[in-house]
Amino acid sequence: MKLKKKISVLDQHDKFGFWGGRFGGNFVPETLKKPINDLEILFNKLKNDEKFLSERDKYFKNWIGAPTRFIKLSNLTRYVGGAEIWSKVVSDANGGAHKIYNATVHCLLAKKSGKKIICGDTGAGYAGKMLSMAAKKFGLKCKIFMGAKDIKRQQPNVKAIRRNGAEIIPVYTGSQTLVDAVSECMRFWVANCDTTAMCVGSTVGPNIFVKICGWSTSQISRELKSQILEEFGAMPKRLKLYNCVGGGSSSFGFWNEFMDYDKKQVEFIGVEAGGPSKSKKHAAPLTYGSKIGILHGAAQYVNQNNEGQIEETESISAGLDYPGVSPLHCFLKDTKRARYTAASDEDALKAFKIVSKYENIRPSLEPSHAFSVAISESKKFSKNTIVIVNSCGDAYKDRNILKKKLGVVL
Amino acid sequence: MIGPISQAFSFAKRENRPALLTYIVAGDNTKKNSLKILKSISKYADICELGFPHNTPIADGGQIQTSSYRAIKNGTKFKDVFKIVESFKKSKFSKPIILMGYFNMVLQYGESKFLKDCKKNKVDGLIIVDLPWPENKKFAKKCKKSSISFIQLISPTTSKNRLKSIIKDSHEMIYYISMLSTTGGKLKVSPFRIISNYKKIKRINPTKNCVIGFGITKKNIKDLKAADGLVVGSAICKEITNSLKKRQNPVTKVSNMVKNLKDKIL
Repeated sequence: MKLKKKISVLDQHDKFGFWGGRFGGNFVPETLKKPINDLEILFNKLKNDEKFLSERDKYFKNWIGAPTRFIKLSNLTRYVGGAEIWSKVVSDANGGAHKIYNATVHCLLAKKSGKKIICGDTGAGYAGKMLSMAAKKFGLKCKIFMGAKDIKRQQPNVKAIRRNGAEIIPVYTGSQTLVDAVSECMRFWVANCDTTAMCVGSTVGPNIFVKICGWSTSQISRELKSQILEEFGAMPKRLKLYNCVGGGSSSFGFWNEFMDYDKKQVEFIGVEAGGPSKSKKHAAPLTYGSKIGILHGAAQYVNQNNEGQIEETESISAGLDYPGVSPLHCFLKDTKRARYTAASDEDALKAFKIVSKYENIRPSLEPSHAFSVAISESKKFSKNTIVIVNSCGDAYKDRNILKKKLGVVL
Repeated sequence: MIGPISQAFSFAKRENRPALLTYIVAGDNTKKNSLKILKSISKYADICELGFPHNTPIADGGQIQTSSYRAIKNGTKFKDVFKIVESFKKSKFSKPIILMGYFNMVLQYGESKFLKDCKKNKVDGLIIVDLPWPENKKFAKKCKKSSISFIQLISPTTSKNRLKSIIKDSHEMIYYISMLSTTGGKLKVSPFRIISNYKKIKRINPTKNCVIGFGITKKNIKDLKAADGLVVGSAICKEITNSLKKRQNPVTKVSNMVKNLKDKIL
């Protein structure tokens, strides 16, 4: 399995939609074949259309607030005492997380296709919040599917979704988390694909949804690349990009523009959710060697038993609490372009405490996983190593958990 | 040679009625009961579909989800599914049996091993919900080699060109999904429209047995009598759920229901 250069990873799939011949694809009911095909035609046309691109850029700049900051974490660097630690503060984006890019693009596409309703899934509530914001902006009716457990633990985002006028449909099946929300959202789309557009909240799902999401979040690395060149004058000799990985939308977007660099120069480190340190359950299929299976229309490494039943996950971070992972990351793992590891719930909480103590940013529990690994590895790196962590979400949504676990009041 | 599935259709045709196809989930509400249900309904049903339960069924509505979760909770594994098929096939009123489910389960079991065990236990056909055409071409060929019918699905969203290609690659039976819905939705299209769509499929190749499924209940089954076959699934799963709620015997309840369904299409 080999990664090609000078061609976007997003386009390195075969005619059946498989990356590396085995990840991704379209394992969908017959009913969804046509709406998926329609979306493919629309997206393939628009992604090279100058007018559409300038429309996208206009919304990214004026509405989302591109570019988000790229800042040095001087105090944290001094505390850690190793590599230079920087952060791309993607949580600056309108709404407080990277999910806004994908939501905006999906709403633009829905408008072009003449659909009046858009449905989407959410775990941490950010994908749902952003979709409800974008839907409101573009005058679309919006339905958000969310696991009942996540509704309880991510109340600030639930309230925001409702304030934006979207309907939240609680999902009570299975583990009542993201995996069930995605399933229920797909079912809704099967029954309503003639009138409704679907936004999959991460780089998961049937091939075209992986592509649209990755294409949208790549804005992060486009910005970062020029910010790095501006800051350092050239690409640093040793650059390490840390990002949390649940479905994998923020990490893919954070890395995409750096894909062609040698990994000795620009290394990608994906941090999955290891779950509570005392629990056997986790949401880290890449780290713990889960087998390839099919989940939500795509082949990927996924937590499952030997009969092929999808296993329940456990993580303090609702946004990473997903048994599968993007086919793109499976591809990056097997081509050895990216390295994957996991941080536990406790690690993430500790990292949140350290980062928010030394710096004026407050990463949500998802990027706190990435910070945890970045901090512990940075100690061992030379001073001329540049470590960048994507702070892809704001912790306000986690205020109840942080208050309970750390006594922190946001 | 005409396979058991085609024979079942011919038999129904001779009686001037559509074939009745039933769907239950293996292991619902218990492993024993699902075998008992199969045995008791096979007096009335022409072909029996048996679901192997998956816990992330993206194309199924609430009723079949409930049945699937119940079966998984009862510890139903593939070996139990095959055991049920084997015992059913040995029983007095055995009928052609079609296994139905999601591709990940087949993948984890191993495609070749799965087909070998299907053949060994006399499974007649397979419906894999999330393996559409053309992705299913290779697997469908493998099925044919093992003398197992791979059943292609067609939906109201299937384009005309696609329809032709699917029918060309289909085996003896085709499954037409009545409407845009997961299983068990309320029939939101008129039976007249469904039959007229169905006829478009038949016109392309009249020799293929085409069944209609999704949203069929005792209330609307007689309005769809023009089809080669009609599938009732969620309504049966719902009957099992209701009988459990009322502490009634699901075997007798479902058996009576299927008899009733049969009476409506005679």
